[in-house]
Amino acid sequence: MTFNFDGKRIEGYESEPIAAALKVAGVMVHRHTQKENAPRGLFCAIGRCTDCVMVVDGQPNVRTCVTPLVAGMNVQTQYGVTAKK
Amino acid sequence: MKRYDVIVVGAGPAGLSAAIEAAKRGLKVIVFDENAKPDGQLFKQIHKFFGSKEHKAKIRGFKIGEDLLKEADVAGVEVALNAVVIGLFLDKEITVQIEDKVIHYKGDAIIIATGASENMITFNGWTLPGVIGAGAAQTMMNLHRVRPGKKILMLGTGNVGLVVSFQLMQAGCEVVALVDAAPRIGGYGVHAAKVARCGVPFYLSHTIIKAEGNDFVTGVTVGEVDGNWQIIPGTEKHFDVDTICLAVGLSPMSQLLKMAGCTMEDNPSKGGFVPICDQYGETSIQGIFVSGDVSGIEEASSARKRDL
Repeated sequence: MTFNFDGKRIEGYESEPIAAALKVAGVMVHRHTQKENAPRGLFCAIGRCTDCVMVVDGQPNVRTCVTPLVAGMNVQTQYGVTAKK
Repeated sequence: MKRYDVIVVGAGPAGLSAAIEAAKRGLKVIVFDENAKPDGQLFKQIHKFFGSKEHKAKIRGFKIGEDLLKEADVAGVEVALNAVVIGLFLDKEITVQIEDKVIHYKGDAIIIATGASENMITFNGWTLPGVIGAGAAQTMMNLHRVRPGKKILMLGTGNVGLVVSFQLMQAGCEVVALVDAAPRIGGYGVHAAKVARCGVPFYLSHTIIKAEGNDFVTGVTVGEVDGNWQIIPGTEKHFDVDTICLAVGLSPMSQLLKMAGCTMEDNPSKGGFVPICDQYGETSIQGIFVSGDVSGIEEASSARKRDL
């Protein structure tokens, strides 16, 4: 199936974690921190560290390493706590 | 308020084993686990376990996991997944968050089997995308069938560092080096030999100086440390990598026990903050027990030992 990442169509498997499909697509940066705009990505992969969170279907702070992919999902790089730079 | 004879927190090998034993003796048991799948870390262990027959030697971790689940099913153990136990209160009452609700349960006995989480170590550049836990590498490869990276440096030569390095190579990744600040390899010789035989260099008494890259890891510099953990000038070595794996130990996730008021101790030989308990795993609070890595870091074969 396909889903959307920052406006691009990406391939993935239904119900695999969003982060897995992003990793295969070569995406390393999931978000930028609020204060220093520092790039962050996957770290623990089991939903405990929150470094991999992104805006998913409009909702911020979604842990992409434990959230299953759904066809047509909208995944956006998170800046601070929103999708805007 | 729902009541059970035994409430187990954590459906990993320790929790499931405890629940199976209790159910076999006719007790009404429920196991809560915050994850969508049970079995803790077992499903990621694709290598054959060691030890004796009782310790399931020569059997792969995920197979032990499958067998445990079947046994739990047959014994009539209730398992609630996606259920986070958020509080352990007086009189053995717990609160569980399931979706948007918080539900109260009471048990005549509570067994905390919440396991452990990976440690991290900080160095220049440690927050860059590309720096991941060794367990994370294992999760990506063995559970999600995705390579965590192409060229990897592994920090830590305990069993986790050694085993995950080998699994990374089995998955087609290149492990450029294993690094450890200690002067000795921490894990079993058998695991270390497998990795060494594949030509992967070991750099003992070395530590990471800096992870390089702007938006993600593109390289790493390591250096030798002296007796005071200071970098010896001139010993710097650089590697082109896209991933740095940290295998620097596990710490028990003992927060619920502390919250309940159990007597705790900070015990380095057990991996950190653990409850004081007797030989049956009972803590200082009557009716609250512990099982598995949360009482001291060992691993699944020990967790399954059915002393209780």
